[in-house]
Amino acid sequence: MSAFFAIIRRDLLLVFRRKSEVLTILFFFIIVTSLFPLGIGADSGLLRKIAPGIIWVAALLATILGLSRLFISDYADGTLEQMTLSPTPLVLLVGGKITAHWIVCGLPLVLLAPVIGIQFDLNSETLGTLILALLLGTPILSLIGAIGAALTLGVRGGGVLLSLLVLPLYIPVLIFGAGAVFASSVGLDVSGHFSLLAALLVLSLAFAPWATAASIRIAIE
Amino acid sequence: MNWFSFSSPATFYPLAGKLIPLFWVLATLLGVAGLWISFFVAPADAVQGQGYRIIFVHVPASWMSMFIYMVMAAWAAIGLIFNTRLSAMMAQALAPTGALMAFLSLWTGAFWGKPMWGAWWVWDARLTSELILLFLFLGFIALQASIDDVRRADKAGAILALVGVVNVPIIYFSVKWWNTLHQGSSVSMTKAPAMAHTMLWGMLLMALCFWMYSIAIALMRVRVIILERESHSDWVKNLKALQS
Repeated sequence: MSAFFAIIRRDLLLVFRRKSEVLTILFFFIIVTSLFPLGIGADSGLLRKIAPGIIWVAALLATILGLSRLFISDYADGTLEQMTLSPTPLVLLVGGKITAHWIVCGLPLVLLAPVIGIQFDLNSETLGTLILALLLGTPILSLIGAIGAALTLGVRGGGVLLSLLVLPLYIPVLIFGAGAVFASSVGLDVSGHFSLLAALLVLSLAFAPWATAASIRIAIE
Repeated sequence: MNWFSFSSPATFYPLAGKLIPLFWVLATLLGVAGLWISFFVAPADAVQGQGYRIIFVHVPASWMSMFIYMVMAAWAAIGLIFNTRLSAMMAQALAPTGALMAFLSLWTGAFWGKPMWGAWWVWDARLTSELILLFLFLGFIALQASIDDVRRADKAGAILALVGVVNVPIIYFSVKWWNTLHQGSSVSMTKAPAMAHTMLWGMLLMALCFWMYSIAIALMRVRVIILERESHSDWVKNLKALQS
């Protein structure tokens, strides 16, 4: 288990030494969500209606951007190969990398979301739902995305291919995540959406690290 | 007879060559019978008139697209577990046919939807999940095509197919709960079908025809893949068909 935390620490340290990569992703999230009101118009009723979908789609795209750098530098300099050879189970190390990725790319989206939500004129109760839904949903995005990132390691046109592979798998998260926020904004019960998001999280926690580890082994061969 | 001997490309290649004409004949016979029933025997629908006849292509194509994904994932899993070359080739050969079926299903569905619903496309559960199935097929094909090392392409594709298979029901139900407007399933295992017997026969014959077609075309494609991958081996160099 100490290896798990060591990997998280190492990846976070690497990111803090070169902050620009991660900040670019966050700015991407902010810019994309700010473009929609400019394109659609400042009618606050309309904005309130489309806010859940836009924020979630922007979160999906921002996660995809961050995924391409999840394994690539470790793959290039051979660190990943050493990890597959180490006595610690690869699944654990992969889990650490995914956790670090979520702390770097997922958690800031959760923290930024209320600011974006205010731009879209969401009320405080809906903002709370948005934060909770993103908190449950973004780890799923990192977990599923890691499989795609490992499958496309060192592949021609990997970045574009990654989005083609991963985005269809994100659809359930998008539906229930945006659904929860929308339900809350019209005063409906949101517990069903949260239960389903939590179920997806448990399911992806159980399977995604193994699939990712298997994909890495295939890429290393 | 030792069935496992056919898991070698060298023995499967001639077997597939013998089977292909058989499946083409079956596909043609079933297709002619199915089309004859669906156009001349089956009565016009009480509500939907003549326009409903597109379901004789639409429903078999939808069934086949889902079925082919399952078969593809099964071959991929066998290839991954037992490390057999031929299974991965079968998965690769099935993917384009599956994508074609998914596309055909969406296309004919649009033609059916325009007169019945008044719209080419609605965001309904089954349409949306069929579209996502098409994306999954395309993702599988794109991933395999972009990896040069065939063994790695096979294994990476296999993992993607398996992840997809786990996700297909989740996607289907999430889209279903999200929005549903599609008419209820016309054919079901649990209750008597709500359609004339001749219509059902037409649909079943067409489904069998599509099935036989898919097998025939997948076998033809797998033969090409075998030749491509085994081109360095002696048995391919000694093939009579390639000598001339």
